[in-house]
Amino acid sequence: MSTLLDVENLWVKFPTRNGVFDAVRGVSFTLGRERLGIVGESGSGKSMTGRAILRLIRAPGMVEADHISLEGQDLLKMSEKEMRDVRGQRISMVMQDPKFSLNPVMTIGDQIMEAYRLHTNASKSVAYTKSVEMLEAVSIRDPERVMRAYPHEMSGGMGQRIMIAMMLIPNPEILIADEPTSALDVSVQRQVLDIMDRLVKERGMGLIFISHDLNLVSDFCDRVLIMYAGRIVEVCEADKLHEAKHPYTRGLLNSLPRLDKPRDRLEVLQRDPAWSEAPSVSGRI
Amino acid sequence: MNMLEIKDLNVWFGHSHNRVNAVKGATFSVAEGESFGLVGESGSGKSTILRAITGLAGQWSGEISVNGMQLGKKREKSFYKTVQMVFQDPYASLHPRHSVDQVLGETLSLHGFRDLDARVVKLLDDVGLGQKFRFRYPHQLSGGQRQRVAIARALAPEPKLLLLDEPTSALDVSVQAEILNLLVDLRKDRGLTYVMVSHDLSVVGHMCDRLAVMKSGEIVEILNVAELRQLKAQHPYSQELLQASL
Ligand SMILES: Nc1ncnc2c1ncn2[C@@H]1O[C@H](COP(=O)(O)OP(=O)(O)OP(=O)(O)O)[C@@H](O)[C@H]1O
Ligand SMILES: Nc1ncnc2c1ncn2[C@@H]1O[C@H](COP(=O)(O)OP(=O)(O)OP(=O)(O)O)[C@@H](O)[C@H]1O
Ligand SMILES: [Mg+2]
Ligand SMILES: [Mg+2]
Repeated sequence: MSTLLDVENLWVKFPTRNGVFDAVRGVSFTLGRERLGIVGESGSGKSMTGRAILRLIRAPGMVEADHISLEGQDLLKMSEKEMRDVRGQRISMVMQDPKFSLNPVMTIGDQIMEAYRLHTNASKSVAYTKSVEMLEAVSIRDPERVMRAYPHEMSGGMGQRIMIAMMLIPNPEILIADEPTSALDVSVQRQVLDIMDRLVKERGMGLIFISHDLNLVSDFCDRVLIMYAGRIVEVCEADKLHEAKHPYTRGLLNSLPRLDKPRDRLEVLQRDPAWSEAPSVSGRI
Repeated sequence: MNMLEIKDLNVWFGHSHNRVNAVKGATFSVAEGESFGLVGESGSGKSTILRAITGLAGQWSGEISVNGMQLGKKREKSFYKTVQMVFQDPYASLHPRHSVDQVLGETLSLHGFRDLDARVVKLLDDVGLGQKFRFRYPHQLSGGQRQRVAIARALAPEPKLLLLDEPTSALDVSVQAEILNLLVDLRKDRGLTYVMVSHDLSVVGHMCDRLAVMKSGEIVEILNVAELRQLKAQHPYSQELLQASL
C-alpha cells in the first residue's frame, strides 16, 4: 500500500502554570489509502494529533516531530503560505465542533458556494446546483431551505453533515474527520460513512477517522490506533478490535452499555499508571 | 404526579416560505422520578422540544406543564431552579472567556448558594474532572472535558427536572459510563426526572424507562424499555431504527 502520510515521533506541548503539559507524546504512524481509526478516552490526544498534522495548534502550544511527511514532503518545513495550500487542497479536516467552524453570520449556501467556487471557478448558478446536490448527498432533506439558513438554525447533526459536505469539495488526498458522526442517528450515519468509504475506495483518499465509538470504528475502519495519555498503546486490525489485548482497550470495550445485556451499573476504567509510562507503540506499516 | 406534561405541542421558526415546522403535535408526559428518552432522525425536532420547554425555541402552541404549573411565554428565574438543560453543543454553551471556576461559581451564586468554594469542588469531583481543571478556560479542554463542565453547571442549582441533549455523544465510552452511572445515582438519591435525547439506543436502553421515537417533527411511537430491548416496535421507522442499531 502506498504511504500518503508518515508521522514520526510527534509531540504536542502546552506550557501551563504548572509546567509543560504533553498532550501528545512521541506518536508515530503511517496512513495509506485506507480508513485509519483513532480511538481513546477523552483527553488522550486524538484531536491534537489531527490538528498537529495540519499545524493548527494555536500558540503557545507547540508541535514537534522528526517529520510529518505528505508524500515525501515534510509539512514541518513548509512556510505558512505553503501550509495554507495544503489545508485548502490536499488535507481537509472536519473539526469536532462543526457549528463552531462555520461562519455564524453567513448563510450556509454562501459558505458552500464560496468554497466550491474557490476550487473550480464555476459560475454562481453551477455552484448553486452543485451545493444543493452536495447537501442532498449527506441526506439533508430540504436543501433549498438550508441554503438560505444560518448555522444556528441547523440541528446538531445537520451542522455535522454540512461540514462534511464542505470538506469534500476540494477532493482532498487526505481527510481527517474528528468525531464526524457523533450527532447522527444510525441511518444518516450510514449514508455519511458510505460517502467517505467511496472516496477511499474509488479515489484512493486516505481517511483518519477519530471517534470514541468503538463498534463503529471496528465496523468501518481498516486499522485502529488506540491512544491513551498522548501515546499509542495498541494498534490492531479494525475487525479484530473486539479481541484487543491491552487492559485499557478491554476496559473501554467493557464500559459500553448493551441493549441485549442490561445491567445496573456500567463498568468504569481502573487506570494503571504503567499504561502511560509504556513507550508509544508504532502505528507504521 | 407528572413532572412534565406536553400536549399537542407545535414549534415553528420563521414565516411564509421560510417557515419550518420543527415539532408537530407532540404529546407525552413524564412522571416524577421517571427517565424518558427522545430518539429519532437527525433534524426531527428532538432538541427543539427541549428548547421549547426551557423557553429558548421559536414560536410554539399547545400546552407545556412542569411540576403541575402550566408555562406561559416567559420563564421566571425560579423556573431554572427546577429545570436545567445540558446542551448538545458544549462548545457553544460555554462562555469562551470564563474559566470553569467562574462558570460554576456564577451559576451557584445566581441561585443563591453561599458555600461556593466547597460546592465547586464537589461538582468537579462529581463529574470526574477534579481540581486540576478548575481554573482552565473552555479552549484548554478537550471535547469531553467541556461536556462535563456543562453537566456540572446544570447540576449546580440542584434541579428537579434535567433535560439532557445528547449528554454523552462527545464523550468516550469510559467517561460515558462514569457520567451515566452518576446520572443514575443522582436520580436514585434525589428523585430527579430526566428527559434525554440520544441517538444511541443502547444508552437510552440503559437510562430510560420509556422513549418516544421522532421523525420529521412528529412523535411516531412511544415505547417502553422492555419493548425496545425485544425490538418490538410498531411503526416502520422505529423498526428500521432498532434494526440498524444492532
Ligand atoms: N490550550 C491548551 N492548554 C492546555 N492543555 C490543552 C490545551 N488544549 C488541549 N489541551 C489538553 O490536551 C489534551 C488532549 O486534548 P485533545 O483535544 O487532543 O483530546 P481528545 O483525545 O480529542 O479528547 P476528546 O475525546 O474529549 O475530544 C487534553 O487533556 C486537553 O485538556
Ligand atoms: N433557530 C432556528 N431557526 C430555524 N430553524 C431551526 C432553528 N432551530 C432548529 N431549526 C430547524 O428545526 C428542525 C429540527 O431541529 P432540531 O435541532 O430540533 O433537530 P434534532 O432532532 O435535535 O436533530 P439532531 O439529532 O441532528 O440534533 C431542523 O430542520 C432545524 O433546521
Ligand atoms: Mg477531541
Ligand atoms: Mg439535536
